[in-house]
This record gives sequence, structure tokens and C-alpha cells, in this order.
Amino acid sequence: MTQKTEKLVTIRGVTKRYERGKQTIEVLHGIDIDIAAGDFLALMGPSGSGKTTLLNLIGGLDTPSSGSIEVAGARIDRLSSGELAKWRAANVGFVFQFYNLLPMLTALKNVELPLLLTRLSATQRRRNAEIALQLVNLADRAQHKPKELSGGQEQRVAIARAIVSDPTLLICDEPTGDLDRHTADEILGLLQELNRAHGKTVIMVTHDPKAAEFAARRLQLDKGTLVRDATDQVRP
Amino acid sequence: MKYLHLIWADLFRKKTRTTLTVLSIVVAFLLFGLLDAVRVAFTVHESVEGASRLITSSRLSIIQPLPYADLGQIQHVSGVEAVAYANWFGGIYQDRKNFFANFAVSPNFLDVYPEFLLPAAQKRAFAATRTAALVGENLAKRFGWKVGDKIPLEATIFPAADGSNTWTFDLVGIFRARDRQDRAQEDQMWFRYDYFDEGRMLDKGSVGWYVVKVADPRHADKVAGAIDKLFANSDAETKTETEKQFSMDFIKQMGDIGLIVTSIMGAVLFTILLLTGNTMSQAVRERIPELAVLKTIGFSNQSLLWLILIESLLLVGVAGVIGLLLASIGAGVLSSAFRGGAFTVGLQSWLTGIVLMLLLGVGVGLPPALRAMRLRIVDALGAH
Repeated sequence: MTQKTEKLVTIRGVTKRYERGKQTIEVLHGIDIDIAAGDFLALMGPSGSGKTTLLNLIGGLDTPSSGSIEVAGARIDRLSSGELAKWRAANVGFVFQFYNLLPMLTALKNVELPLLLTRLSATQRRRNAEIALQLVNLADRAQHKPKELSGGQEQRVAIARAIVSDPTLLICDEPTGDLDRHTADEILGLLQELNRAHGKTVIMVTHDPKAAEFAARRLQLDKGTLVRDATDQVRP
Repeated sequence: MKYLHLIWADLFRKKTRTTLTVLSIVVAFLLFGLLDAVRVAFTVHESVEGASRLITSSRLSIIQPLPYADLGQIQHVSGVEAVAYANWFGGIYQDRKNFFANFAVSPNFLDVYPEFLLPAAQKRAFAATRTAALVGENLAKRFGWKVGDKIPLEATIFPAADGSNTWTFDLVGIFRARDRQDRAQEDQMWFRYDYFDEGRMLDKGSVGWYVVKVADPRHADKVAGAIDKLFANSDAETKTETEKQFSMDFIKQMGDIGLIVTSIMGAVLFTILLLTGNTMSQAVRERIPELAVLKTIGFSNQSLLWLILIESLLLVGVAGVIGLLLASIGAGVLSSAFRGGAFTVGLQSWLTGIVLMLLLGVGVGLPPALRAMRLRIVDALGAH
């Protein structure tokens, strides 16, 4: 089990505002959070509470209107668009609700995508992608295209793509929102294994309390404010 | 190169659409290649150097006749071995759709054109009969003509002296091209100049052009210069050139071939720009979420810009090269039909084609590439 003492993410006074026509809408109001390395965190809250916005800020997909976000010592709120792209490639793996695989590529080629941004040789890229697919128990589906896979299998491929470049942080936005209970539990079990056995820090947005039970820590957001931070009993 | 499979896969995600787009670009560049070959053929002036036969016609216009009296002076130019002459008639057989070349020729016409074969008896008949006509084997087969037939032609330029438009000729011989590749040259009819000149109402005593057989082709340029010098500052100045150049000038009478061809090419390429640009934009619009995913996992704005630009250049480039290759083959076929190998898709056409491919590729790829570059990940993923 990984020690969870070292801070990986430090968020201080983060606000996020959007312009909608002449209106300015503040989605997050002065959020402060610390996330330890090796944590498995569930971000919960009703629709419009700002949980996906916060997840996007931590993953470097968006920048805050004010406040600071430090991940593994890097102030990502100060990075330019190009620097953020490089930072994401090196530090973050993303898993989405609708898998977001490229339909014309095989599972193996989808998993290999993040490695195209590295200096690895074609052979090494292929080998790493195969290992990632083995980790999610989908080695036998390497040459299948997304439309030939079930929803659960597609999400496994997406997880393999997220971990193939060995990122520190896994960002998951409703990873089981499109799956049945049984498959959802399998996917959550896989994320838990990646957290426990491989030391990945997982931050997951979910509105499903059962999914949140797999996380070690649960944050509740409401109307852009942190209302609850709990470390309850974790589902084994 | 490591992104090539990604670009290729994107190109063929909708095979039918890509195939149709490729076909339209292939056709556009096929047309470009052929039309540019025609334009080059009509705009490049061929040197007379090394020519064994020259054509002397009016410097003013190819339709302007020259005096028959020039014949004697041309025959005496140093280096001239023989001189024949001819006059375009432009007669119609039964219907305008039956067009074929027909002209009045001098008695020695076949002597300066040894590439045409005519049996000796028929040659003698041509010399002995004032109303005699000769036709090529192709033409005879086309209309089912045989020696002994009477062929009436309706005059479009030269009415007869009696005011009638109908000229009747006696078919006395059928000639063949010595080289079977030149069979297209058998689609013509010749008749005697003396019968034509005596029978016509207008322009008596003039010829359309002189055919000059040069004794030594190495001195063809000197011969051409000497002939034109003879008639310089006269009422009928001459222009002496190769047969190929003369043929081109003849066709140029239709109008400014270069301008016509350039206008057609411009219209075709502009249409392709709009069609392919629309297709490319649609293809990129359909995969906004996938582009957002690529950005999410670390592809930079510039990477996406280049991915789409290269995809567009690849699409236009591959199709364009296929089109130009087909045009090269087509130009060869056209040259065989048009004796003298006048049409080729040369280096200049290829270079122009490649520049057009680059411009077209960038033109159709840049707008969607910029759109992909400016894509905001959270908006694109949120819209999915």
C-alpha cells in the first residue's frame, strides 16, 4: 500500500468564472483542497455543482480565473497552452464517461496514442501498449476496433490508454456513467487496483454513491463550494 | 512518419466520401494536365531548325492568301528543293456534322509528301482529270466511297464562278499513310488547284500556303529567313515556319487558346477548391470530440494544425499525381492522333501542377486545421 503523506495536488483559493453573453457565472468559489500522492478521491455533487470544472482544472484542461493549482510541484495555473499540453502528456491519464476512443483505430493503436508524443521507438511503443492492455485484461482484443467491443471493454481500453505513459495522476470523469452495475463494479475495481497496486493517484467525478464507495476519500461539492470532505469506509 | 497511420486512418474513416473526393481531384488534375499540354503546344513557338519541310503563309493571318506569283521566287531561293502549294476549301459533304479537311493542291503535292502512298495508275488519273479528287482510306471507308464515285461538296467560302455553291469532284484515287500510326491523316480530301482556281468566283490567282521542301534540313533556318526576306515590306509579307507550328496557328484561328484553356482550368480548380474544402471541413467537424481527446492526451495546437494540413495535402497530392499521370498518358494518345507529337505533359506542367496541389491542399486544409487548433477541450468534450 502506498504512503499517502506527500502532497501531490495543492489547490488554493481557486475560482472559475464563465462569460455567458453579458452575464458572468462563477462556477467555483475559492476552493482549497490538498490531495496526497496515491490517494483515490471521489468528487461528488449534484449537476452544476462544479465537480467536472474542478476536475478539468486539476487535469490541466482548463485554467482557473483566480487562485493556484500546484501538481507535483508544478504551478499548472501559470502554464501556457503548449506547456500544459506537454504537462498533461507526461503527468495525467484521462478516462471519460463515453470512452472517447478513436473509432478507426484498433484497441492497440488507441492505447499507443499517448506514446506518439514520446521518443520511444515503434517497437517499444507497441510493447508498452500491449503491456497496458494486459493490465486491463484485454490483450486478446488488441486488434479489435471500438465498435467490435462492449462498453466495459471500451472503457478498459480507455483506462489502458490513460495508464500507458505511466502518469502520476488518473483523472476519471464519470467513468461508469454509461455502464451497468456489474461492469461498473469491474471498472471501479480496476481503478482501485491501479491505485493500490501501482500507486496511481485517482481523482474521479461521480454522482453514484456506490461508485464513490471505491474511493478512499470523498469530497462533496455544492454550488461551487466544498461542503464535505470525508474519509469513510472503503469498499474492499 | 509515426503519425502517418493516424492521418491515413482519418482519411479513410468514410471510404465512399474519400473515394469520391479523390476521384473529383483526379479528374480536375487530369483536365489540368491535358489542357496545360494543349496550352503549351499553342503558346510555345517551335524553331525551324532541322526541319525538312517548311510552310510559308501570310504574316498577317493564316486566312490571308498569298499571290500565286510568289511561287517562282520561292523556287529560286537557295536551298529550296521543291515547292508545292495548297488552299483550304472548307467544303461540306451533305451535312455539317460530316466535317473533314478538304483543300485544293498543286500537281506535285504528293512529291513533297512521300509519307502518303498512292498507286501509280491513280496518280496518273489525278494528273489527267481536271475534276479529280483523292481521299484518304479512312475517309473513303467512313462514307463508303470508291474510285469512280462523284463527290459533291457544298462551298462555305468559295462559291463557283457561276454563282453555284456546289462543287462536284470525281474520285480517282484513295491514298494511305505509309506509317499506320498516322492513319488519322487519312481523314482528308485533296483536289486539283487549277480546277478550283479557274472555277472560283473570288481570290483567283492566290494560294493559301506554300509547302517548301528543303534540300538540307541543317540549313532550314537560313531558307526560312531568305523566303521571308524576299517578301519583306511587300503587300503580302510571309511567315515561314514548321508544319507543326503551322497546324497550331491554324487551330489558333478559333481564338486565344491560352486564355480559353486558362479560363477553363481556373474554373475547374476553383470548383474543386470549393468542393474539397467543404468535404474537408465536414470531415473535421465530424471528429471534433476525437480532436479534443487528442488535445487532452497532450497533442499541442500546432500538432493538430499539422495533422489536418498534412491530411489535406496528402489527399490532394495523391489524387493530383494520379490525375497528372493519367494526363501524361492521355497527352501521348492525343499526340498520336495529332501527328507530330505536339502534346506532352512536360516538366513545367508538372511543376505548375505540384504548386497547384500545394495551394489547393493548404487552401482546403487550413480553415478546418485552424478550427482544430483553436478548439477548446472543455467545450468540445462538453458538447459530446
